[in-house]
Amino acid sequence: MNQSDPGAMKTLGVYLFGQAKKLSLKFKKAPTMKDLMMVYYSEAKSAKVTGRKVAWITSGGPVEPLIAMGVIPVYPENHGAMIGASKMGAGLCEKAEAMGYSNDLCSYARSDIACATVNGGPIGGLPRPDMLVCCNNICGTVLKWYETQARYFNVPLFILDTPFCHTGYFEEAARYVRSQIDEYIQFIEDVCGKKYDFERLREVGLLSFEGQKLWQAVLDTAAVRPAPMSAFDAFYHLALIVTLRGTKTAGSYYRNLLAQMKDRVARGIGVVPDEKYRLLWDNIPIWPRVRWLSQKFASHNACLVADTYTSAWCGTTKYIDESRFIDSMAEAYTRIYLNIGVDEMAKTVIEMIDKYDVDGLVLHSNRSCKPYSFGQLDIERIVGEERGIPCLMLEADMVDDRSFSESQIATRIDAFMEIIKERKKNKG
Amino acid sequence: MITVGIDIGSITAKAAIVEDGKILGTKVIFTGYNAEAAGLKVYEEALSEAGFDATAVSKIVSTGYGRNSVKFADRAFTEILAHAAGAHFVNQKVRTIIDIGGQDSKAISLDEAGKVKNFVMNDKCAAGTGRFLEVMARALEVNLDEFGAMSLKSQKPAKISSLCTVFAESEVISLIARGEHRTEIIAGIHESIAARVSAMLARVGVVEPVMITGGVAQNEGVVHALEKKLGLKIEVSPWAQVNGAIGAAVLAATL
Ligand code: SF4
Repeated sequence: MNQSDPGAMKTLGVYLFGQAKKLSLKFKKAPTMKDLMMVYYSEAKSAKVTGRKVAWITSGGPVEPLIAMGVIPVYPENHGAMIGASKMGAGLCEKAEAMGYSNDLCSYARSDIACATVNGGPIGGLPRPDMLVCCNNICGTVLKWYETQARYFNVPLFILDTPFCHTGYFEEAARYVRSQIDEYIQFIEDVCGKKYDFERLREVGLLSFEGQKLWQAVLDTAAVRPAPMSAFDAFYHLALIVTLRGTKTAGSYYRNLLAQMKDRVARGIGVVPDEKYRLLWDNIPIWPRVRWLSQKFASHNACLVADTYTSAWCGTTKYIDESRFIDSMAEAYTRIYLNIGVDEMAKTVIEMIDKYDVDGLVLHSNRSCKPYSFGQLDIERIVGEERGIPCLMLEADMVDDRSFSESQIATRIDAFMEIIKERKKNKG
Repeated sequence: MITVGIDIGSITAKAAIVEDGKILGTKVIFTGYNAEAAGLKVYEEALSEAGFDATAVSKIVSTGYGRNSVKFADRAFTEILAHAAGAHFVNQKVRTIIDIGGQDSKAISLDEAGKVKNFVMNDKCAAGTGRFLEVMARALEVNLDEFGAMSLKSQKPAKISSLCTVFAESEVISLIARGEHRTEIIAGIHESIAARVSAMLARVGVVEPVMITGGVAQNEGVVHALEKKLGLKIEVSPWAQVNGAIGAAVLAATL
């Protein structure tokens, strides 16, 4: 996608964490995702030289308190996605298996653990961490994974324990998580060796909230027919709301992207030429096969207009209260999509089915991610009962392409599309 | 109007010639490594055996894993649609189809009009497929054709708990070593297939009448185990192995 420049950003580095002046790069146009990720990773990799601290953090972890203290957050899961997308997953997973890790272990964990020992992958490994921050709101796997890495790098590990929210959020949970945020702040102070800057945290909180709302607005544009963007585009543009939420960079990028999408909507441009069928995607993308899948669906005039994955980074804005960011942040991070009961997940899925007006649901049964895949059979059943739309289950893995069988997946998609076309034809 | 359906599966290639609701001929050959050549060969042989010339054929539809390698077909449909059309052709009342082929098994539910409502296919694993039975037949040194009849004599089927073909094979070998009777082991193998397939059926929802198609339908032991597990009668398609090809020929008539 071309970036048309509204003159938003000239000097990118200045914005990064508000103090990366040394790295300031000149961009004639608004920087692309690739530019931004390059700057982000080179900044993280030169942290030792620039005297900054690096924290590795789980994708669903509260990152704002780190950014407020000038710590550079690095996401092994985002790195895992890059490894998957560059088709280096199978090799690194094999390496981890040779180290003794089971092939049932999440492939983000496998590729990260293996990568740390060889500095392999598309960017030659992640920068060495000064600390690790692990929030178990996404799964239990991250606990053991981060413990392993804490031992390997011999750095302090902070664990934020978020109780599972089967039905709602209770006072006890609120108090429990909130008290850990204080410990978290203490932990950051200790590692950084300086007093915590709460004023800055308030600013970062506002930026983060704004970024999430912008991201939601970007995703919302796909509710229009034809959709100006698909879930496959969202998988790409997602990187910043994961890695740089709470910075001005993310805000500018999404403001620019939103303007582009609105422009496409105004001009009636769909991302899938001749969009006839609209689908919803569930679970993490199959990173090594994103392009193949996108072409496969497009060949049936089908657009995956939304997904439960990229919307997870803006799914809890309803819990955020700007005036009491720290308290509401605790709740928002606890009630994310992967930390709620299956009935609640199904409710979210059904809301999305209605909002984006889709004809079918595609569920990626992801061999790696148990918390995401475990309830899918129930979600499929509930969606069938409540909305009666066809559902398709694809068995694969987000990173490890050894778990992908092209001809089997192609047959399933073709057959699924045959059913959808037939139903639409009958409906007239 | 004469139409032809060609179903290229992982093990066998099938062709069926249909004219106005009548099956004029069918042919089954091994697919081998060249799906494209197998498609042409099974087509030509089916025609010559039935005594037709290619010029008599109005439309051709291909299906199965090799559907896109049949370059001379007018259109390709997935085997889901083809099996549904084939079963509906044989018995218009059929609402649920179990298809067990060489490399996969599937459960398909149809609406009253015979249209596909939903389907589930086995995941990337040979367990519960024809390939699984072949591996077991080899381990047991029994001709696969005898599996069905032998297992019906079983008193107390052995328990095969592994879901993986490779593990199940070693389980079978250890059962042999323990002196378990072959009939019981074979019945146990059939029950393990029935357990797998009925889990898929539960996902699409079983509505009677239920028909079984695909090469494995010819194994009465599997059918019996499935009937026992599901507690209902299953109709075996008289055209089990060529059901997909017949369905493809039926679909060709609608083009
Ligand atoms: S198991 Fe799932 S949630 Fe946990 S790290 Fe892996 S992909 Fe993420």
